Amino acid sequence: MGARIQIPREARRGDVIEIRILIQHPMETGYRHDDVGHLIKRNVINVLYCRYNGVEVFRADLSSGISANPYVQFYTVAEASGEFEFTWIDDEGEQGLERQSIVVKG
Amino acid sequence: MKRRDFLAGAAGAFALPGAALAQVDPLDPLVWVVTNGAPVRKGKVTLVLPQLADNGNSVPIRITVDSPMTAADHVKSIHLYSERNPVRNMANFYLGPRAGRAEVNSRVRLAGSQRVTAVAKLSDGSFWYDAASIVVTLSACLDES
Amino acid sequence: MRRARARLALAAAALAAGVVLAQERGIPPGELKSGSAFLGSDLRTLQNDDFANPGMLWVERGEKLWREPAGKKNLACAGCHKDSSMRGVAARYPRIDAASAKLLNLEGRINRCRTERMGAEPLRYESDDLLALTAYLARQSLGLPVATSIDGAARAHFETGRASYHRRRGQMNLSCGQCHDANWGKRLLSEAISQGHPNAYPAYRLDWQTIGSLQRRIRACLSGIRAEMLPYGSQEYLDLELFLAWRAQGLPIETPGVRR
Repeated sequence: MGARIQIPREARRGDVIEIRILIQHPMETGYRHDDVGHLIKRNVINVLYCRYNGVEVFRADLSSGISANPYVQFYTVAEASGEFEFTWIDDEGEQGLERQSIVVKG
Repeated sequence: MKRRDFLAGAAGAFALPGAALAQVDPLDPLVWVVTNGAPVRKGKVTLVLPQLADNGNSVPIRITVDSPMTAADHVKSIHLYSERNPVRNMANFYLGPRAGRAEVNSRVRLAGSQRVTAVAKLSDGSFWYDAASIVVTLSACLDES
Repeated sequence: MRRARARLALAAAALAAGVVLAQERGIPPGELKSGSAFLGSDLRTLQNDDFANPGMLWVERGEKLWREPAGKKNLACAGCHKDSSMRGVAARYPRIDAASAKLLNLEGRINRCRTERMGAEPLRYESDDLLALTAYLARQSLGLPVATSIDGAARAHFETGRASYHRRRGQMNLSCGQCHDANWGKRLLSEAISQGHPNAYPAYRLDWQTIGSLQRRIRACLSGIRAEMLPYGSQEYLDLELFLAWRAQGLPIETPGVRR
């Protein structure tokens, strides 16, 4: 699954930084029908994790109530240089993974 | 019971259905899962939705909670509820003291005009909420493409 | 003397043709408005957000595909196009392919390159890969005015496209022009009718919850007026695309647009 992450490349220790993620996923609601009238099976990303140097700093339970190609924006405190790791799982068990590093000064 | 309290109670009983929906019902099973029956007070939380949605498929939503986000005093989680969607618990967001700021933005699907409610659980065990109404119109043409 | 007079006659004819064309414009050039002018402020903001615009997921994918070798010859697009900027290319499409004398839109051009130069399979309309490549290429022309040519061999296609645009069709017996020339700006149920320009395509349409091509949007309109939807890639769509580009001349490319 394609995804876009936006995190500052650099920050000072203690800064509250903004994190944005946009994931390519249809978030199929399970309420739509195809052109021969069959129900299209539900398949949504149901959980999204954000770990910063291995520690979970954000988690979201998502549902069909979140738009297709889900967008989430949240905040975290820049503590140390290292890596952000985003993982998510959908109803069919497909997992997504994206990483981005950050340099924290001070 | 004092006359003043009786009148206040009577006024509540005659409240319009819309007003009843505006309150977060602590007995609502979905909310109970989070609060275990604790009172949910209006305040601290700000839920921002446009008044009119361009399209119910993707509506921008912002939830902020007034909190210092320290280890001693922070938002543990935010729970989003829809009045009309088939799945009423739209999303839950888990924060914590490392968040720095209690704010989450996303884009949601709304199945028609309704009231959306955000409930925040704080580290001291208290629950706070805000609600916002939105008008969602339908597409003009059916699209079978 | 005879040559000068012939040249004068030619110039007069060209001027007359130009004058005729100018009168044929359903919307005066000064009044052209992109589809984004008919959006609510929220969707306009989303379109202008380079990160959050969902169409950018496909632009990013297109950039990756551009560099990926494909086909029997194991060539990437970037392999031939090397360091040459693709800026301005999408703004000139649809155009006549010199080699085959066919009218090609961007999708057709990409597939022609794939089949003839890369030994690769053509990509289907509305496939993620074709949408990604067209979105990526159109994005390279962001902000540039639509600048297609209707000269030479393109002229016949333009005329067919124009006739198609003005033809009534479907159960509702409507032509494109009846909504998009005569009634743009007015409301159809709760929505404002746009002028029907192609400058933001491929576009992320909320109704589709994904990005889609201009032909998909045209088919959606046909479905809306209960007219027959022709198959993707039909000549009628190509000719109409050329006419729409001419009609939108001067409007800046906005791909990927965000639309309802």
